[in-house]
Amino acid sequence: MTNHWSDIKNADVVLIMGGNAAEAHPCGFKWVTEAKATNKARLVVVDPRFTRSAALADLYAPIRTGTDIAFLGGVIHYLISTNKVHLDYIKSYTDMSYLVKDEFAFEDGFFSGYDAEKRKYDKSGWDYQLGDDGFVKTDPTLENPRCVWNLMKAHFSRYTPEVVENICGTPKDKFLQVAEMLGSTHTPNRVMTILYALGWTQHSVGSQIIRTAAMVQLLLGNIGRAGGGVNALRGHSNIQGLTDLGLLSNLLPGYMTLPGEKETDYAQYIAKRAPKPMRPGQLSYWQNYGKFHVSLMKAWYGAAATRENNWAFDYLPKLDKSYDVLQVFELMHQGKMNGYVAQGFNPLNSFPNKAKVGAALAKLKFLVIIDPLATETSEFWQNHGEFNDVDPAKIATTVFRLPSTCFAEEDGAIINSGRWLQWHWKGAEPPGEAKTDPEIMAGIFLRLREMYKKDGGAFPDPILNLTWAYKVPSEPSPEELAKEYNGKTFADQLDPKDPTKVIKKAGELLDGFAQLKDDGSTACGCWIFSGAWTEKGNMMARRDNADPWHNGQTLGWAFAWPANRRILYNRAAADPAGKPWDARRKQVWWDAAQGKWVGSDVPDFKIDSAPEDGMGPFIMNPEGVARFFARGMMNEGPFPEHYEPFETPIGVNPMHPKNPKATSNPAARVFKGDMEAFGTAKEFPYAATTYRLTEHFHYWTKHVESNAIIQPEQFVEIGEALAKEKGIAAGDRVKVSSNRGYIKAVAVVTKRIQPLKVDGKTVHHVGIPLHWGFKGVAKNGFITNTLTPFVGDGNTQTPEFKSFLVNVEKA
Amino acid sequence: MQLSRRQFFKVAAGGLTGSSLVAMGFSPTAALAEVRSFKLARSTETRNTCPYCSVGCGIIMYSLGDRAKNAHAEIIHIEGDPDHPVNRGTLCPKGAGLLDFVHSKNRLRYPEVREPGSKEWKRVGWDEAFDRIAKLMKEDRDANFVAKNADGTTVNRWLTTGFLAASASSNEAGYITHKVVRNLGMLAFDNQARV
Repeated sequence: MTNHWSDIKNADVVLIMGGNAAEAHPCGFKWVTEAKATNKARLVVVDPRFTRSAALADLYAPIRTGTDIAFLGGVIHYLISTNKVHLDYIKSYTDMSYLVKDEFAFEDGFFSGYDAEKRKYDKSGWDYQLGDDGFVKTDPTLENPRCVWNLMKAHFSRYTPEVVENICGTPKDKFLQVAEMLGSTHTPNRVMTILYALGWTQHSVGSQIIRTAAMVQLLLGNIGRAGGGVNALRGHSNIQGLTDLGLLSNLLPGYMTLPGEKETDYAQYIAKRAPKPMRPGQLSYWQNYGKFHVSLMKAWYGAAATRENNWAFDYLPKLDKSYDVLQVFELMHQGKMNGYVAQGFNPLNSFPNKAKVGAALAKLKFLVIIDPLATETSEFWQNHGEFNDVDPAKIATTVFRLPSTCFAEEDGAIINSGRWLQWHWKGAEPPGEAKTDPEIMAGIFLRLREMYKKDGGAFPDPILNLTWAYKVPSEPSPEELAKEYNGKTFADQLDPKDPTKVIKKAGELLDGFAQLKDDGSTACGCWIFSGAWTEKGNMMARRDNADPWHNGQTLGWAFAWPANRRILYNRAAADPAGKPWDARRKQVWWDAAQGKWVGSDVPDFKIDSAPEDGMGPFIMNPEGVARFFARGMMNEGPFPEHYEPFETPIGVNPMHPKNPKATSNPAARVFKGDMEAFGTAKEFPYAATTYRLTEHFHYWTKHVESNAIIQPEQFVEIGEALAKEKGIAAGDRVKVSSNRGYIKAVAVVTKRIQPLKVDGKTVHHVGIPLHWGFKGVAKNGFITNTLTPFVGDGNTQTPEFKSFLVNVEKA
Repeated sequence: MQLSRRQFFKVAAGGLTGSSLVAMGFSPTAALAEVRSFKLARSTETRNTCPYCSVGCGIIMYSLGDRAKNAHAEIIHIEGDPDHPVNRGTLCPKGAGLLDFVHSKNRLRYPEVREPGSKEWKRVGWDEAFDRIAKLMKEDRDANFVAKNADGTTVNRWLTTGFLAASASSNEAGYITHKVVRNLGMLAFDNQARV
């Protein structure tokens, strides 16, 4: 979230789209009802189903799954053509006046530079024009046809309300009501928040949907504002933290990135990630990348990371391609992987095309499961009848199952969607012999290190040199680990303004990432968490819930990254002169007398940069402003474009009916065999989508008695019209099949799903909750991801769980 | 808890006299507390965070025992933390069932192994499990580690073993997991955020 949960109360309009907060995040959704009750806020819900969020909405619009870019593109067109934009905001805080290279073009569904063979773009033309001074050329009059504003206007002019209705199936009048409601927040005194979840990310165009939403919010001037922002409601309790810590194939902690194998030169590796400002007077904060990176390497390798060895640059593995989970299971399926460890993760249920995932696991030599619960993945080799029809005798994988503790049995911090690091405490001993995850990691690592010390082996250097100064090496404590990611200094640090003063003594914990150095004198395991555990103690354990400004900021509760800042980009909450856009929502502002930024939040800005210096509020971007034009940062284009899901119920992209190669995301990666496993509307006519229920959490609560009692059995939701057509009555057992397999479940026939008119055809949706499996105390059921397609988003490779095709028949 | 003498006799009159109870060392106050108090009043409160969705609701866990070395702490009740600025004491149907998650009969208790072709689990000790896993990992790493690519560039990667990290484990668990996994040269490394 750019903002956070309690901040939702500050909104005038709440848009829930690509999520269903009332059911999936119930206690967070209370802040929506708070906004309605105390701020006269209006709730807008756009969803294929009339969800419980929709039930509380002031305005609900149905939409066909996978068409959100068309809908939001229509909103962008509406805002621009009716002049409902926050002009003063976008003029100063976005790239609207920047000039784009002449090579950049968009034609017939493709942006310039497309290579159909490789399904990839040459993105070199997707960039700004640079002047002789090296800075981006701009045209503040907005007259130049190559400025971002004009290109963007032209791009979205195609998304008329009629086009939206035709693609999304949203009746035109409903769409216009939504657009008008959203547009009402373009004034400085009205703000909208957007809440989304996996309903946006789990599409082959997921990242672009979210970008379109960000563009809407920028046009309305709602980023950086209390009650505004683009807010990802994350799916798990610490998925935010695990992402922040960089546990992804291409990342290092704090959103640093691993080097590619072509990046052989350390200085160039750093320089590429530390961009110089693209406009005069901009901060471009990533210029500090070297400090974050060297401090990380010092945390991991201590004295073994030296200037001479480029801070152990060779210890880091170099990427030749992406190793996201779809790629990894593809390799596993090809028999190219030998070992796999699943820690608190149930891939047999969580990944698409269960048949492929199960077959892939069966090709492993060894699989290690670390989990508090008996997951399906841990028993992928066992026959569970129709739910998992395998022959154990034919599966040669050695499987280890190691019991780990759950939340109640350990100390530590987890991070909610609002970026709050909240410390928790152990309340009981774990069952049996269960151990904590750090103990298990230590158990494996210390044995490996012992063997490498004794017997040698492939490149033992990093293993032998990894810092491991924990008091009890087999049990690194949460306190020690938290202090390690916070960071410390090895040498006395002097005040940059007065070098006679020592601000940090050697050995002390750092106050924050501003104290990091690239000379090897500081260590920090995750720069964005710096400040979480300082010499003053554990900031994550703070419990002062005081809210002196009545805006829900509670700066004394826990610790929010970065720097305890509650709303990102909050400099944009003030106008270019440094005055709050809205006196009712005072966040941060320029105090000329003090010569610094002050306010109810920690300013997201260079604290002493006066407004007249002209520094932009988006300090992480080398432009200093937010981008409508994504340059080469997205794989399928600098502007979002509607592409159909890979399994489309209409078989054509109405935006580009004459170019079948632009039906679905032209830049999405599809493996051989998976393209063939896509179904067509002829055999599988219904648009399916998966989701969570209020009463269950993922694949965990089927192990929990009370949840199993209130929601015991697997079901699917179908609309009354489709049920009538197929002769299905409520309570009948139905078989739902895709080109990859089938599930059987009870039919819930409902008014909540209505047929939509799309491109001249009637499209029915089938709703499939995801919570069942063959392990648990609930009634066993089929794994929903038996049905889903093995293709991901063009940038993140997040699977397209939310839009695929099925057939439904009476079982 | 303060009780009158008459109330005390009333409670204690189940075959024993009050005077004999006192003679055995029970004062009226202590003895009555045994009879009248709720279990919660004797429990230890621990602050925690709901491990399900990302709202991060504050919870209070009540456990029996006073954290003494030999007292087995068992959680008997979990409720929303009224001081928490987001959930303000409330919990959803998922969070309200947390006690049954802690005590689920499907919690794993011991390390186990399933051998190739076998139909069943076999209980093993932690040492055996760690030794075998580390040995398998080292064998695979030593056999398949790529020090240099075809161009002769140092790449130091290990692609034949992968790791999926959790989604509800703590930052501290996540941090040390990353430190160990990347250190071995693994690239096939993701967490639930990928899906």
